[in-house]
Amino acid sequence: MIAVELVKLLRRPRTWISVLLTCALPFMVAVFITITHLVPPPGQGSAFLSAVLQDGALYPAAALALVLPVFLPVAVAVVAGDSIAGEATTGTLRYLLVRPVGRTRLLVAKLISVIVYVLLVVLAVTFTAYATGVFLLGPSQAAAVGQPPPGPGAGAGAGLAGQAPTAGQAAGGAVTSLSGTPLSLLQVTERTAGAIAFITVSMLGVAAIALFLSTITDSALGSALGALAALVASEVLVTLNAATVVQPYLPTRYWLAWVDFFRQPIFWRDIQRGFGIQAVYVVVFLAAAWANFSTKDITA
Amino acid sequence: MIVTRALTKRYGAVTAVRSVDLDVREGDRYGLLGPNGSGKTTLVRMLLGLVYATSGEIEVMGRRIPRHVREVLPQVGALIEEPAAYPHLSGRANLALLDAAGPGGRAARRTRRRRVDEALEQVGLAGVGRRPVKAYSLGMRQRLGLAAALIRRPRLLVLDEPGNGLDPRGIRDLRELIVGLNETGVTIFLSSHLLAEVEQLCTRVGVLDAGRLVLQDDLAVLRAPTGRVAVDTPDADQVAALLDGQVEHRDGQHLLVRYEDAAALNARLVGAGLRVSAIGPHQRTLEEIVLSVTGTGSDHIGSSE
Repeated sequence: MIAVELVKLLRRPRTWISVLLTCALPFMVAVFITITHLVPPPGQGSAFLSAVLQDGALYPAAALALVLPVFLPVAVAVVAGDSIAGEATTGTLRYLLVRPVGRTRLLVAKLISVIVYVLLVVLAVTFTAYATGVFLLGPSQAAAVGQPPPGPGAGAGAGLAGQAPTAGQAAGGAVTSLSGTPLSLLQVTERTAGAIAFITVSMLGVAAIALFLSTITDSALGSALGALAALVASEVLVTLNAATVVQPYLPTRYWLAWVDFFRQPIFWRDIQRGFGIQAVYVVVFLAAAWANFSTKDITA
Repeated sequence: MIVTRALTKRYGAVTAVRSVDLDVREGDRYGLLGPNGSGKTTLVRMLLGLVYATSGEIEVMGRRIPRHVREVLPQVGALIEEPAAYPHLSGRANLALLDAAGPGGRAARRTRRRRVDEALEQVGLAGVGRRPVKAYSLGMRQRLGLAAALIRRPRLLVLDEPGNGLDPRGIRDLRELIVGLNETGVTIFLSSHLLAEVEQLCTRVGVLDAGRLVLQDDLAVLRAPTGRVAVDTPDADQVAALLDGQVEHRDGQHLLVRYEDAAALNARLVGAGLRVSAIGPHQRTLEEIVLSVTGTGSDHIGSSE
């Protein structure tokens, strides 16, 4: 069933259009920066963006920071929100279930296909941003100090290494220079993989909420918008001082902690909490989705 | 093949299916009749484990549903209301994907291509090629839906309104396909609101009316001679006078006579010098039978669309 879901994901035009569009935003930003040579001053704007003029190889990290708050979660909410509700609308849900496909198996297969989709988008953004960064914004200055850019995120690693650990949200301001302990090729590769894994996992909370809503309604739009509403609410509360009490439990609270992979040493606290909170959301909402879906009358 | 006992489904205050005792035997071509909204689709969905019964029992092939759907459904092919497919994929890709979603593992994979080709052939879509389903006509989609029901070579076919969207040629193809499959041992359970379709196709009939199964019997029994003879004659007055007391109904030249043997009656009338233009044993039409057992709402039943 998982293979079937992956075939459906990969043969769907929407998948590739959304990947393309998600990659297009950082590309567009890179083009503007190349033409104008204007970047936000250090400490302002999107994470890593202030440093990309010095080091084009930093661009993948900047690109991920650009798509993470809105583009990625919107795409995830749409895909996950469509997963069951979309099949119900087209009528294919009932034909899958009478094959028979177990309802639990279908839910799990849908979740896995969403994870693969997120991974696909994140990897596509990383690689296209690396290419744009190097070709448009120029090669890494790290190369000049004997650090050839071995892969995406290399500059990011160098840029953040040695910075004092700060909370994830403040990390955007941490990129001030390329000074610091250099990272070995192996370290950079590991840390990039870690960041990609963390960003993918960060999306699972939204995905689980959208999947749950998708089992409640037969409207794919409704469940996607519902998940986005939850997301926006969380992003509002994260910045609200009055909501400090609930902040540790919000799904977006530790979203920016992936930056901590590029510190020397890796600052694990927020990363671990980020993994933890996403796991809680996945377990709770998947259980709710299962409880609802496995007892539901399929009338669509 | 399908047995239900006191099967009931309530949606809130609405009772969609009310204490239905269905009995479909192996080898039947069973037609479930009823106006739209009489509970046919809810009943079909309960048989397939899509909708859970409020009370009562369901057995398909001797196993309880929904508990044993995993063992039962691989042997069942189903078309439930409209067919559905992934629009951007070809018909063939849709069938392969649907088949891969089901159980069967490697053994199913080995025979998949052959079974898909065979199913497309059976429904007359063999030459359709790579065209995506979104470019299909309504009739082609219906044929593809039928093919999807056939890829597992089922022992039982459950078809909800299978004639929808088909042109007259498509309906005839469908009828031939269903009869052909039935002759190879496949039990057919179809629901329809088209009396003519069921009358031509089925060997056994059930009638749902407002969620109740108000009639269930073999078509041959239902349509057994009524002990009356239908006579068309230009000499209706004389015939009525001759057979005084035996004429039950008269409508112009058409008489309904209580008489055991049509041939004997014919001989008697001709012997009396009366002209007969048509004569034969009287059978009730399915429409008359259905109308006689359905209450309010039966005006939605039509013999044709």
